[in-house]
Amino acid sequence: MSTHADPDKNERAVARRMLDAFSNDDDVASAAALHAQLAERAEREGLLDVAYRTIDSPFGALLLAASRAGLVRVAFAREGHAAVLERLASEVSPRILRAPQRLDAAARQLDEYFARRRKRFELPLDLQLARGFRRAVLVRLQRIAYGVTTSYAQLARAAGKPAAVRAAGSACSHNPLPLVVPCHRVVRSDGTFGEYLGGHEMKRALLEMERA
Amino acid sequence: MRRPFDEIVSEHGPAVMRVCRALLGAFDAQDAWSETFMAALKAYPRLREDSNVRGWLVTIAQRKAIDQLRTAARAPAASAEPERIDGAQVAAAPAQPDRALRRVLDALPPMQRGALIHRYLGDLPYADVALLLGCSEAAARRSASDGIASLRKVIRKEDT
Repeated sequence: MSTHADPDKNERAVARRMLDAFSNDDDVASAAALHAQLAERAEREGLLDVAYRTIDSPFGALLLAASRAGLVRVAFAREGHAAVLERLASEVSPRILRAPQRLDAAARQLDEYFARRRKRFELPLDLQLARGFRRAVLVRLQRIAYGVTTSYAQLARAAGKPAAVRAAGSACSHNPLPLVVPCHRVVRSDGTFGEYLGGHEMKRALLEMERA
Repeated sequence: MRRPFDEIVSEHGPAVMRVCRALLGAFDAQDAWSETFMAALKAYPRLREDSNVRGWLVTIAQRKAIDQLRTAARAPAASAEPERIDGAQVAAAPAQPDRALRRVLDALPPMQRGALIHRYLGDLPYADVALLLGCSEAAARRSASDGIASLRKVIRKEDT
């Protein structure tokens, strides 16, 4: 072998050696710990605009996100959690970090709901992702009690626009806070379930759970 | 489309950590890392969407490292191994990096040292290395290549 190894090879050897020297075996654990500390410090110093965490549920992983005002988004796995976080970054704030603490109460109450130990949620909500009529619909939705269903037509009337049945349906299908704002309790006038962001099966299972 | 800051931390955190370690040493690196990402989080909503995020972060890290070195220089009475009062929250202390390499790296002329750190630990293209060092891209390449030649001597000596 030549004593003058080719420069690219020299470069690669030095690059690898430097990476080895300044990386650590425990970097993965250490990076996770620093990342978590960063989120805690951001929360303390008022720089955390959106905190998020995921929880397990009988219907798959749920993403929970909260602004400082309250719970701002609940998302099903089928929505793609990464895509949901990107939309939150555009629509609410890009200052988003995984910070489970702010969502402790929401996580606990959802666990209790799935275990049939809770019939209403007591959480501050931030409805900023819904505007105008859609927000009016969400406000009305919050008054539909556990185990009760209503129709899209009744919902439209209650929200102040009796003719806006399709818009009421659209407000439900774009509900940023499913489960907590119970859009699953709205069914078609003919008694069929209608659309649901979490899927048809989930809507039926939720209504059966609440009726039991 | 603005990316959530959490993704920025996951993607660039390890490279920023390597740069902080090379600039400061194992213990102070964690502080510099945290200061860097707090400053970045604060400024992030105003960062232009087409910005080079890695270069931006390493620029902040370099500034924070310099701040930290200045503070340390002003307080020579402080013990070499600062006490950690927030023990429960501190991440696992990193192991001592390769001492021989570190000594040679620290002894290099500043431009060579900076070029190697930003190019190989920050994983930045030479255009960004040049911006960080305030020189031309060609000069950044030359500095890196001179630095490589010096480090290569240490590695070769150990390998034989």
